[in-house]
Amino acid sequence: MSFSVTEPTNRIKWVAGILVVGYALVTIAPLLWIVATGFKSGPDSIAYPPKVLFEPTLEGYVNLFTDRTRATQDMLDAAGAPRNWYEQIARDQGTVITGASRYGERFLNSVIIGFGSTALCMILGTAAAYAFSRFRVPLKDDLLFFILSTRMMPPIAVAIPIFLMFRNLGLNDTHLGMILLYTAVNLSLSVWLLKGFIDEIPVEYEEAALIDGYTRFQAFYKVVLPQAATGIASTAIFCLIFAWNEYAFAVLLTSGTAQTAPPFIPTIIGTSGKDWPAVAAGATIFLVPVMVFTILLRKHLLRGITFGAVRK
Amino acid sequence: MAQIRIENVRKDFGAFTAVQSSSFTIEDGEFFMLLGPSGCGKTTTLRMMAGLELPTSGQIYIDGEEVGQKPASQRDIAFVFQMFALYPHMNVRGNISYPLKSQGMPTRQIRAKVAEVADILGIADILDRPVGGLSGGDRQRVALGRAIVRDPKAFFMDEPLGALDAEFREHMAEELRALHDRMGATTVYVTHDQLEAMQMGDKIVVMNHGVVEQFGVPQDIYDWPATRFVAAFIGSPPMNFLNFNGTVDAGQDKVRLGDVAVGVPHSIDGAKGDLTLGVRPEHVTLDDAAPYRGRVVATEYLGTTQIVTLDTPNGTLKARVASSDKVAVGTATGLHFDARTITLFENAGGRALRSRANEGVLAHG
Repeated sequence: MSFSVTEPTNRIKWVAGILVVGYALVTIAPLLWIVATGFKSGPDSIAYPPKVLFEPTLEGYVNLFTDRTRATQDMLDAAGAPRNWYEQIARDQGTVITGASRYGERFLNSVIIGFGSTALCMILGTAAAYAFSRFRVPLKDDLLFFILSTRMMPPIAVAIPIFLMFRNLGLNDTHLGMILLYTAVNLSLSVWLLKGFIDEIPVEYEEAALIDGYTRFQAFYKVVLPQAATGIASTAIFCLIFAWNEYAFAVLLTSGTAQTAPPFIPTIIGTSGKDWPAVAAGATIFLVPVMVFTILLRKHLLRGITFGAVRK
Repeated sequence: MAQIRIENVRKDFGAFTAVQSSSFTIEDGEFFMLLGPSGCGKTTTLRMMAGLELPTSGQIYIDGEEVGQKPASQRDIAFVFQMFALYPHMNVRGNISYPLKSQGMPTRQIRAKVAEVADILGIADILDRPVGGLSGGDRQRVALGRAIVRDPKAFFMDEPLGALDAEFREHMAEELRALHDRMGATTVYVTHDQLEAMQMGDKIVVMNHGVVEQFGVPQDIYDWPATRFVAAFIGSPPMNFLNFNGTVDAGQDKVRLGDVAVGVPHSIDGAKGDLTLGVRPEHVTLDDAAPYRGRVVATEYLGTTQIVTLDTPNGTLKARVASSDKVAVGTATGLHFDARTITLFENAGGRALRSRANEGVLAHG
């Protein structure tokens, strides 16, 4: 009987497989529950015992995107027959649609602020990381430590100074303010991550480009950037996820114009208490962009996490 | 094609001096070797010529034009890196055409030029392959292709064979030399391998600790080293050093090792104190009748020759003798040195003393 040190036995593979599948189920269950709740009717969503099988309805989604008012029979009669399917759904609940809800705007705010701050963070982060990686920067180590130290406390610990600062600068409840804030929070992470990636790119590639007649800047964007793409993509995902999901600052600093989706979703109230299907529908839609972004960059993310483990 | 002149070039990295005051001239069309152990400043010197480092002081002339402070992109030179530095996000064709693109050459002309270069190097069939999967030799050829495609004024190569397998190196060295002869381009080549330097170079500069130790054709450097360092660095096994304390007067042609007089070339410099007699292993013969004695410690068989290691009153010595000679370990024997080939060194400073034999070489070294 002989054992291989490197090749796991079948039994270990099975155990590992079961553990992975089990973990996947545990993590995905709440997500599935939210998605399912979005398609439940109000009573089904709070039924006890919880309903796993239910009759799907788009009530939650209609309620998410519309403002409604409870209508008397007179009003319903006066309004005439419903003109389309979503009016029908509202009527079935005994309400009439009075207009579009704010969810669309809030969602758009999230997109602008999330992607805006991620883009800014990548531009500044790549430039700073390149400089730290390639040039003799005076006090380089101290500066890098200083940059990292901005992440040594939870960002929310400085909420009050930031609140006062924003108020004095007129950045309260503005897109620019939120973009700058999320960029500032994410920048330390992106500088450190990207510096690691750029350090791994041999400097000879740039030198070859310099010799081949290109300027330093051309060498940077024609030779270094394509090779740093993996690192930039995985760093961008981390930055986007933070900016997208951030709740505390958004609650504190935004209320109207620049309010993002996370502080908005919990405020969705139905005509009779919390409208859980609408909240779940809002959360489901909110998940989509980050999921798409992550899936699109998945290849880079995997390579990014294992970067340096493979021989170039 | 160009002549390259280095004048009093110095490079400091903070408190560390990588190159101190180097001066030499590389003639048009020469295959020029920068040779030295690692950390001697040879690569820094090359990088300064290429514009990848700027000299702290001194001048660099390419074709009579002072380029010391110019960026690499304006020097019109090509550089072959030790790890080749092929752009990994481009295929072979992309790599070779990249320097032409920076000049704004029309696409059709680029295609023609790349095809021509690929033909010369025998890589026409891999032009559309990604560079990732290429063998070491093909990578080397692509790197060369990228260098020659532009007809630069000079080629700079930083240990280009260092990343290749030993068996393939020999072949590539020949290919490189043939390519040089065909193009006639000035080539500066950095290596720490003294055999490679002697085999390929028209001229060699030997550097150590940021200083040029000697400059000349391979045979002069081998036969008449200017310093003890060069004598020890070049040759395998290196030159033998027999230390002695004594006096050499100008015009003398004998030195005393203990109580034995040994013939040396007619000396020009006089010196006194701790000296070294340097003799190459192949210029030592075992001769029982000779008065200078040694004891055989070991023998190494090398095919046609063997290396005999001996203990002498002035230190260990190696002799290269025919394999057919029977040499028994432990026996005492007489040693004879070919007087015409001997170099004397001063131990303080390590410089060679001038004699009638080496004065021609040392005068322009």
